[in-house]
Amino acid sequence: MQNQSITQKLANPTRFMALSGAILPWLTALAIALIAFGLYRGWTAPPDYQQGETIKIMYIHVPMAWLGMMAYGVVAVSSFGLLVFRHPLADVSAKAAAPIGAAFTLLALLTGSLWGKPMWGTYWVWDARLTSVLLLFFLYLGLIALRSSIEEETLASKLTAVLALVGVVILPFIKISVEGMSIPWLGLEIPAWNTLHQPSSVFRSDGPKIHSSQLYPLLYSALGFTVLFFALHMKGMRNEILRRRVKALRMAQVDRARAEEQMAAAQ
Amino acid sequence: MDLGPHATFIIASYAAVSFVLGAMIAWLLYDGAQQKRLLEDLEARGVRRRSRGGNTKRKSAE
Repeated sequence: MQNQSITQKLANPTRFMALSGAILPWLTALAIALIAFGLYRGWTAPPDYQQGETIKIMYIHVPMAWLGMMAYGVVAVSSFGLLVFRHPLADVSAKAAAPIGAAFTLLALLTGSLWGKPMWGTYWVWDARLTSVLLLFFLYLGLIALRSSIEEETLASKLTAVLALVGVVILPFIKISVEGMSIPWLGLEIPAWNTLHQPSSVFRSDGPKIHSSQLYPLLYSALGFTVLFFALHMKGMRNEILRRRVKALRMAQVDRARAEEQMAAAQ
Repeated sequence: MDLGPHATFIIASYAAVSFVLGAMIAWLLYDGAQQKRLLEDLEARGVRRRSRGGNTKRKSAE
Protein backbone atom coordinates (compact mmCIF):
# COMPACT_ATOMS: atom_id res chain seq x y z
CA MET A 1 0.00 0.00 0.00
CA GLN A 2 2.96 2.31 0.62
CA ASN A 3 4.11 2.14 -3.00
CA GLN A 4 0.86 3.47 -4.45
CA SER A 5 1.10 6.03 -7.26
CA ILE A 6 -0.78 9.35 -7.00
CA THR A 7 -3.41 7.98 -9.42
CA GLN A 8 -3.87 4.89 -7.26
CA LYS A 9 -4.12 6.99 -4.10
CA LEU A 10 -6.74 9.22 -5.72
CA ALA A 11 -8.65 6.15 -6.89
CA ASN A 12 -10.15 6.02 -3.43
CA PRO A 13 -13.26 8.27 -3.58
CA THR A 14 -13.08 8.99 0.18
CA ARG A 15 -9.49 10.15 -0.14
CA PHE A 16 -10.39 12.20 -3.24
CA MET A 17 -13.25 13.88 -1.33
CA ALA A 18 -10.92 14.85 1.52
CA LEU A 19 -8.17 16.13 -0.76
CA SER A 20 -10.47 17.99 -3.18
CA GLY A 21 -12.38 19.52 -0.26
CA ALA A 22 -9.14 21.08 0.96
CA ILE A 23 -7.93 22.19 -2.50
CA LEU A 24 -11.19 23.53 -3.99
CA PRO A 25 -11.44 26.86 -2.09
CA TRP A 26 -7.83 27.73 -3.01
CA LEU A 27 -8.35 26.73 -6.63
CA THR A 28 -11.48 28.88 -6.84
CA ALA A 29 -9.73 31.88 -5.28
CA LEU A 30 -6.77 31.48 -7.68
CA ALA A 31 -9.13 31.28 -10.68
CA ILE A 32 -11.00 34.44 -9.65
CA ALA A 33 -7.74 36.33 -9.05
CA LEU A 34 -6.21 35.29 -12.39
CA ILE A 35 -9.37 36.02 -14.41
CA ALA A 36 -9.84 39.40 -12.70
CA PHE A 37 -6.18 40.32 -13.29
CA GLY A 38 -6.19 39.13 -16.91
CA LEU A 39 -9.42 40.93 -17.79
CA TYR A 40 -8.30 44.10 -15.98
CA ARG A 41 -5.07 44.09 -18.00
CA GLY A 42 -7.04 43.37 -21.16
CA TRP A 43 -9.58 46.14 -20.63
CA THR A 44 -6.85 48.69 -19.83
CA ALA A 45 -4.70 47.67 -22.85
CA PRO A 46 -4.74 49.95 -25.90
CA PRO A 47 -7.26 49.01 -28.63
CA ASP A 48 -6.10 46.91 -31.56
CA TYR A 49 -4.99 48.88 -34.63
CA GLN A 50 -7.32 46.85 -36.86
CA GLN A 51 -10.08 45.51 -34.63
CA GLY A 52 -10.38 48.44 -32.24
CA GLU A 53 -12.17 47.73 -28.97
CA THR A 54 -13.63 44.42 -30.21
CA ILE A 55 -10.27 42.86 -29.33
CA LYS A 56 -11.68 42.74 -25.78
CA ILE A 57 -13.83 39.81 -26.91
CA MET A 58 -10.61 37.86 -27.54
CA TYR A 59 -9.86 37.69 -23.79
CA ILE A 60 -12.92 35.52 -23.27
CA HIS A 61 -13.44 33.92 -26.70
CA VAL A 62 -9.99 32.34 -26.99
CA PRO A 63 -10.00 30.77 -23.47
CA MET A 64 -13.53 29.43 -24.08
CA ALA A 65 -12.42 27.84 -27.35
CA TRP A 66 -9.27 26.33 -25.82
CA LEU A 67 -11.17 24.98 -22.83
CA GLY A 68 -13.99 23.59 -24.96
CA MET A 69 -11.36 21.40 -26.61
CA MET A 70 -9.33 20.73 -23.47
CA ALA A 71 -12.45 19.56 -21.62
CA TYR A 72 -13.06 17.06 -24.41
CA GLY A 73 -9.48 15.88 -23.91
CA VAL A 74 -10.30 15.34 -20.22
CA VAL A 75 -13.45 13.38 -21.20
CA ALA A 76 -11.43 11.27 -23.65
CA VAL A 77 -8.55 10.53 -21.24
CA SER A 78 -11.04 9.69 -18.47
CA SER A 79 -12.94 7.41 -20.86
CA PHE A 80 -9.68 5.68 -21.74
CA GLY A 81 -8.95 5.32 -18.01
CA LEU A 82 -12.35 3.72 -17.51
CA LEU A 83 -12.18 1.30 -20.43
CA VAL A 84 -8.53 0.26 -20.08
CA PHE A 85 -7.57 0.70 -16.42
CA ARG A 86 -11.06 0.57 -14.84
CA HIS A 87 -10.05 3.48 -12.63
CA PRO A 88 -12.92 4.00 -10.15
CA LEU A 89 -12.93 7.77 -10.60
CA ALA A 90 -12.46 7.80 -14.38
CA ASP A 91 -16.16 7.59 -15.14
CA VAL A 92 -16.92 10.19 -12.48
CA SER A 93 -14.39 12.49 -14.16
CA ALA A 94 -15.78 11.92 -17.68
CA LYS A 95 -19.36 12.49 -16.54
CA ALA A 96 -18.47 15.68 -14.65
CA ALA A 97 -16.37 17.17 -17.49
CA ALA A 98 -18.97 16.77 -20.27
CA PRO A 99 -21.50 19.49 -19.27
CA ILE A 100 -18.69 21.90 -18.34
CA GLY A 101 -17.01 21.31 -21.70
CA ALA A 102 -20.36 21.80 -23.44
CA ALA A 103 -20.80 25.15 -21.64
CA PHE A 104 -17.32 26.35 -22.67
CA THR A 105 -17.88 25.24 -26.27
CA LEU A 106 -21.26 26.98 -26.39
CA LEU A 107 -19.58 30.15 -25.11
CA ALA A 108 -16.83 29.85 -27.73
CA LEU A 109 -19.54 29.69 -30.39
CA LEU A 110 -21.56 32.58 -28.92
CA THR A 111 -18.62 34.93 -28.33
CA GLY A 112 -17.11 33.99 -31.70
CA SER A 113 -20.38 34.84 -33.38
CA LEU A 114 -20.58 38.17 -31.54
CA TRP A 115 -16.99 38.91 -32.56
CA GLY A 116 -17.59 37.77 -36.14
CA LYS A 117 -20.46 40.14 -36.87
CA PRO A 118 -18.48 43.40 -36.50
CA MET A 119 -15.26 41.91 -37.97
CA TRP A 120 -16.51 39.63 -40.78
CA GLY A 121 -19.93 41.19 -41.33
CA THR A 122 -21.74 37.97 -40.39
CA TYR A 123 -22.63 36.07 -37.23
CA TRP A 124 -22.07 32.68 -38.84
CA VAL A 125 -20.56 30.97 -41.86
CA TRP A 126 -20.52 27.24 -42.51
CA ASP A 127 -16.75 27.08 -42.76
CA ALA A 128 -14.50 24.32 -41.45
CA ARG A 129 -13.52 25.86 -38.09
CA LEU A 130 -16.95 27.08 -37.04
CA THR A 131 -18.69 23.93 -38.23
CA SER A 132 -16.19 21.61 -36.51
CA VAL A 133 -16.61 23.47 -33.19
CA LEU A 134 -20.40 23.21 -33.62
CA LEU A 135 -19.92 19.45 -34.13
CA LEU A 136 -17.87 19.35 -30.92
CA PHE A 137 -20.80 20.99 -29.10
CA PHE A 138 -23.22 18.42 -30.57
CA LEU A 139 -20.82 15.65 -29.56
CA TYR A 140 -20.94 16.85 -25.96
CA LEU A 141 -24.74 16.89 -26.11
CA GLY A 142 -24.65 13.39 -27.62
CA LEU A 143 -22.48 12.12 -24.73
CA ILE A 144 -24.79 13.64 -22.14
CA ALA A 145 -27.93 12.34 -23.91
CA LEU A 146 -26.51 8.83 -24.38
CA ARG A 147 -25.56 8.53 -20.73
CA SER A 148 -28.92 9.76 -19.48
CA SER A 149 -30.86 7.50 -21.87
CA ILE A 150 -29.44 4.25 -20.40
CA GLU A 151 -30.63 3.35 -16.93
CA GLU A 152 -27.98 0.73 -16.15
CA GLU A 153 -25.08 2.85 -14.97
CA THR A 154 -22.17 0.54 -15.85
CA LEU A 155 -23.44 0.03 -19.40
CA ALA A 156 -24.10 3.77 -19.79
CA SER A 157 -20.53 4.54 -18.65
CA LYS A 158 -18.96 2.09 -21.09
CA LEU A 159 -21.02 3.14 -24.11
CA THR A 160 -20.44 6.82 -23.38
CA ALA A 161 -16.70 6.15 -23.03
CA VAL A 162 -16.61 4.38 -26.42
CA LEU A 163 -18.44 7.29 -28.09
CA ALA A 164 -16.10 9.77 -26.40
CA LEU A 165 -13.02 7.94 -27.73
CA VAL A 166 -14.48 7.69 -31.24
CA GLY A 167 -15.34 11.40 -31.13
CA VAL A 168 -11.82 12.45 -30.14
CA VAL A 169 -11.02 12.66 -33.88
CA ILE A 170 -12.82 16.02 -33.84
CA LEU A 171 -9.95 17.66 -31.91
CA PRO A 172 -7.21 17.46 -34.59
CA PHE A 173 -9.90 18.23 -37.17
CA ILE A 174 -10.66 21.55 -35.43
CA LYS A 175 -6.94 22.42 -35.42
CA ILE A 176 -6.29 21.31 -39.01
CA SER A 177 -9.42 23.05 -40.31
CA VAL A 178 -7.71 26.44 -40.29
CA GLU A 179 -4.01 25.72 -40.34
CA GLY A 180 -3.69 22.49 -42.28
CA MET A 181 -1.01 20.02 -41.31
CA SER A 182 2.40 19.18 -42.69
CA ILE A 183 4.46 16.22 -41.49
CA PRO A 184 7.16 15.86 -44.15
CA TRP A 185 8.80 12.69 -42.74
CA LEU A 186 5.42 10.97 -42.92
CA GLY A 187 4.66 12.42 -46.33
CA LEU A 188 1.50 13.93 -44.82
CA GLU A 189 0.32 17.22 -46.29
CA ILE A 190 -3.16 18.41 -45.40
CA PRO A 191 -3.92 21.85 -46.82
CA ALA A 192 -5.85 24.39 -44.76
CA TRP A 193 -9.47 24.76 -45.76
CA ASN A 194 -10.81 28.02 -47.12
CA THR A 195 -12.06 29.74 -43.98
CA LEU A 196 -12.82 33.15 -42.53
CA HIS A 197 -11.34 32.15 -39.18
CA GLN A 198 -7.79 33.34 -38.60
CA PRO A 199 -5.01 30.87 -37.73
CA SER A 200 -3.62 30.73 -34.19
CA SER A 201 -1.89 33.92 -33.10
CA VAL A 202 -0.34 32.57 -29.93
CA PHE A 203 0.98 29.03 -30.31
CA ARG A 204 3.01 29.24 -33.51
CA SER A 205 6.36 27.80 -34.49
CA ASP A 206 7.56 31.33 -35.31
CA GLY A 207 6.33 32.82 -32.01
CA PRO A 208 3.17 34.72 -31.02
CA LYS A 209 1.79 37.17 -33.58
CA ILE A 210 0.03 39.53 -31.20
CA HIS A 211 1.44 42.45 -29.28
CA SER A 212 2.58 41.81 -25.71
CA SER A 213 -0.01 44.31 -24.39
CA GLN A 214 -2.68 41.87 -25.64
CA LEU A 215 -0.76 38.61 -25.31
CA TYR A 216 -0.13 38.72 -21.55
CA PRO A 217 -3.72 39.63 -20.58
CA LEU A 218 -4.87 36.80 -22.85
CA LEU A 219 -2.50 34.32 -21.20
CA TYR A 220 -3.54 35.39 -17.67
CA SER A 221 -7.20 35.16 -18.65
CA ALA A 222 -6.71 31.75 -20.29
CA LEU A 223 -4.81 30.47 -17.25
CA GLY A 224 -7.53 31.80 -14.94
CA PHE A 225 -10.34 30.16 -16.92
CA THR A 226 -8.30 26.92 -17.05
CA VAL A 227 -7.99 26.91 -13.25
CA LEU A 228 -11.74 27.69 -13.11
CA PHE A 229 -12.42 24.68 -15.33
CA PHE A 230 -10.49 22.41 -12.97
CA ALA A 231 -12.31 23.89 -9.97
CA LEU A 232 -15.69 23.31 -11.65
CA HIS A 233 -14.62 19.83 -12.70
CA MET A 234 -13.53 18.99 -9.17
CA LYS A 235 -16.82 20.26 -7.78
CA GLY A 236 -18.74 18.25 -10.40
CA MET A 237 -16.78 15.12 -9.45
CA ARG A 238 -17.51 15.67 -5.75
CA ASN A 239 -21.22 16.04 -6.54
CA GLU A 240 -21.17 12.85 -8.60
CA ILE A 241 -19.45 10.88 -5.83
CA LEU A 242 -22.09 12.11 -3.36
CA ARG A 243 -24.85 11.18 -5.87
CA ARG A 244 -23.46 7.63 -6.14
CA ARG A 245 -23.23 7.33 -2.37
CA VAL A 246 -26.88 8.40 -2.10
CA LYS A 247 -27.79 5.82 -4.73
CA ALA A 248 -25.80 3.11 -2.92
CA LEU A 249 -27.56 3.90 0.37
CA ARG A 250 -30.98 3.82 -1.31
CA MET A 251 -30.12 0.44 -2.85
CA ALA A 252 -29.04 -0.83 0.58
CA GLN A 253 -32.31 0.48 2.00
CA VAL A 254 -34.30 -1.37 -0.65
CA ASP A 255 -32.23 -4.55 -0.11
CA ARG A 256 -32.88 -4.40 3.62
CA ALA A 257 -36.62 -3.79 3.15
CA ARG A 258 -36.82 -6.77 0.77
CA ALA A 259 -34.91 -9.02 3.19
CA GLU A 260 -37.23 -8.00 6.04
CA GLU A 261 -40.27 -8.72 3.88
CA GLN A 262 -38.89 -12.17 3.04
CA MET A 263 -38.19 -12.92 6.70
CA ALA A 264 -41.68 -11.79 7.68
CA ALA A 265 -43.21 -13.95 4.95
CA ALA A 266 -41.17 -16.96 6.06
CA GLN A 267 -42.38 -16.71 9.69
CA MET B 1 -15.06 53.98 -20.95
CA ASP B 2 -15.83 54.36 -24.64
CA LEU B 3 -16.18 50.94 -26.29
CA GLY B 4 -16.67 52.40 -29.75
CA PRO B 5 -19.31 51.52 -32.35
CA HIS B 6 -19.30 47.81 -31.49
CA ALA B 7 -19.94 48.22 -27.76
CA THR B 8 -23.12 46.09 -27.95
CA PHE B 9 -21.17 43.07 -29.24
CA ILE B 10 -18.50 43.41 -26.55
CA ILE B 11 -21.04 43.78 -23.73
CA ALA B 12 -23.19 40.94 -25.11
CA SER B 13 -20.12 38.63 -25.20
CA TYR B 14 -19.21 39.31 -21.59
CA ALA B 15 -22.86 39.03 -20.54
CA ALA B 16 -23.13 35.63 -22.23
CA VAL B 17 -20.00 34.34 -20.48
CA SER B 18 -21.16 35.72 -17.11
CA PHE B 19 -24.63 34.22 -17.52
CA VAL B 20 -23.60 30.74 -18.71
CA LEU B 21 -20.70 30.33 -16.26
CA GLY B 22 -22.82 31.84 -13.47
CA ALA B 23 -25.60 29.34 -14.22
CA MET B 24 -23.08 26.49 -14.31
CA ILE B 25 -21.60 27.49 -10.92
CA ALA B 26 -25.08 27.94 -9.40
CA TRP B 27 -26.15 24.51 -10.68
CA LEU B 28 -23.01 22.83 -9.30
CA LEU B 29 -23.46 24.48 -5.89
CA TYR B 30 -27.18 23.60 -5.78
CA ASP B 31 -26.54 20.02 -6.90
CA GLY B 32 -23.76 19.58 -4.30
CA ALA B 33 -25.95 20.94 -1.49
CA GLN B 34 -28.86 18.72 -2.63
CA GLN B 35 -26.75 15.53 -2.69
CA LYS B 36 -25.20 16.36 0.67
CA ARG B 37 -28.65 16.91 2.19
CA LEU B 38 -29.97 13.61 0.76
CA LEU B 39 -26.91 11.74 2.07
CA GLU B 40 -27.20 13.24 5.54
CA ASP B 41 -30.92 12.46 5.57
CA LEU B 42 -30.31 8.78 4.71
CA GLU B 43 -27.51 8.49 7.26
CA ALA B 44 -29.68 10.12 9.93
CA ARG B 45 -32.30 7.44 9.30
CA GLY B 46 -29.66 4.81 10.03
CA VAL B 47 -29.29 3.52 6.47
CA ARG B 48 -25.92 1.86 6.00
CA ARG B 49 -24.28 0.44 2.91
CA ARG B 50 -24.23 -3.36 2.69
CA SER B 51 -26.16 -3.40 5.95
CA ARG B 52 -27.84 -6.68 5.03
CA GLY B 53 -25.23 -8.30 2.83
CA GLY B 54 -25.77 -5.74 0.10
CA ASN B 55 -24.40 -6.18 -3.38
CA THR B 56 -20.63 -5.99 -3.11
CA LYS B 57 -20.12 -6.51 -6.82
CA ARG B 58 -20.94 -2.93 -7.77
CA LYS B 59 -17.81 -1.34 -9.15
CA SER B 60 -18.82 2.28 -9.51
CA ALA B 61 -17.24 4.98 -7.35
CA GLU B 62 -19.81 4.68 -4.58
